[in-house]
Amino acid sequence: MTAVKTVLAELLGLFIDDGALALAAIALIAAVSAAVRWAGLPGLGGGLLILLGCLLILAESLARAARARRRGGG
Amino acid sequence: MTSTTAILSTVTASFLGSFVEVVEAFTIILAVGLSQSWRPAFIGTAAALAVLAVLVLLLGPLLELVPIEALQFAIGTLLILFGLRWLRKAILRAAGLIPLRDEARAFAAETDQLRRRSAERRADWLAGVAAFKAVLLEGVEVVFIVIAVGAGRGLIGYASLGAAAACLLVLIIGLAVHRPLSRVPENTLKFAVGLLLTSFGVFWTGEGLGADWPGADLSLLGILAVVAAVSFAAVRLLRPPAGAPVREVAP
Repeated sequence: MTAVKTVLAELLGLFIDDGALALAAIALIAAVSAAVRWAGLPGLGGGLLILLGCLLILAESLARAARARRRGGG
Repeated sequence: MTSTTAILSTVTASFLGSFVEVVEAFTIILAVGLSQSWRPAFIGTAAALAVLAVLVLLLGPLLELVPIEALQFAIGTLLILFGLRWLRKAILRAAGLIPLRDEARAFAAETDQLRRRSAERRADWLAGVAAFKAVLLEGVEVVFIVIAVGAGRGLIGYASLGAAAACLLVLIIGLAVHRPLSRVPENTLKFAVGLLLTSFGVFWTGEGLGADWPGADLSLLGILAVVAAVSFAAVRLLRPPAGAPVREVAP
């Protein structure tokens, strides 16, 4: 049972390291998909929004990690 | 239609991603073989490879049942999560905010743990399980990378070639040096793979949403250039002043 839990945790860990980053990325993709499907956003616009959104989410996650380091380092 | 850009980017992403994973698995197999014996190392590795083969045989036909746009969207989403995770860690390491992974240290830790257990009656079993777990977990990542970069364009064969080449290269280098591959520029490889996987993820999620990317497959290079430019800028901005201590941060 422990081994199965370990493997499942490792598998989840393949995709999730910073939980907030993963959640934000999923929320972004869901919101853009909804906009394309129901609000008439063109597919290309959706793709570009996902590119821009991913970069912003990554930047926020990195800034948060850097702040944590500064706080930890005094 | 399959363009040269699509084939080259698929083979490159699969090769680099698999290379990093195989190096990590190789470190553990070597630790098991040298500190315990080669028998459990080989049995554990073979058992894990068998499980991986079953996984591929089960997943392969299932993927053919999924409509291509749904497949691109689902795999694109997973690739974004997977790629951003690698990219984030590689940027933090490149900026000096977290320490680089050290294969020699991982090897020493695994060897030390196995030696402490070598007096136990089930030492061989534990060593075999260590090899099995390492190959299975790193192997699952390789399988995911192969499927993720290959399935969206029906290029799993090319992606598998890239992964097989990576396995072969690590094996050849490993047999030649007979110690952990600590001189492999792992973070540089992870950085490159993070960039490629994130770009593939954005490209395919877009395609899954019906995006008609300008230049078709060539736009993958444009996305890669944008992601790379932002990532390199992030490394430069985050790099602490010279002389500042390097410490671990919470994920």
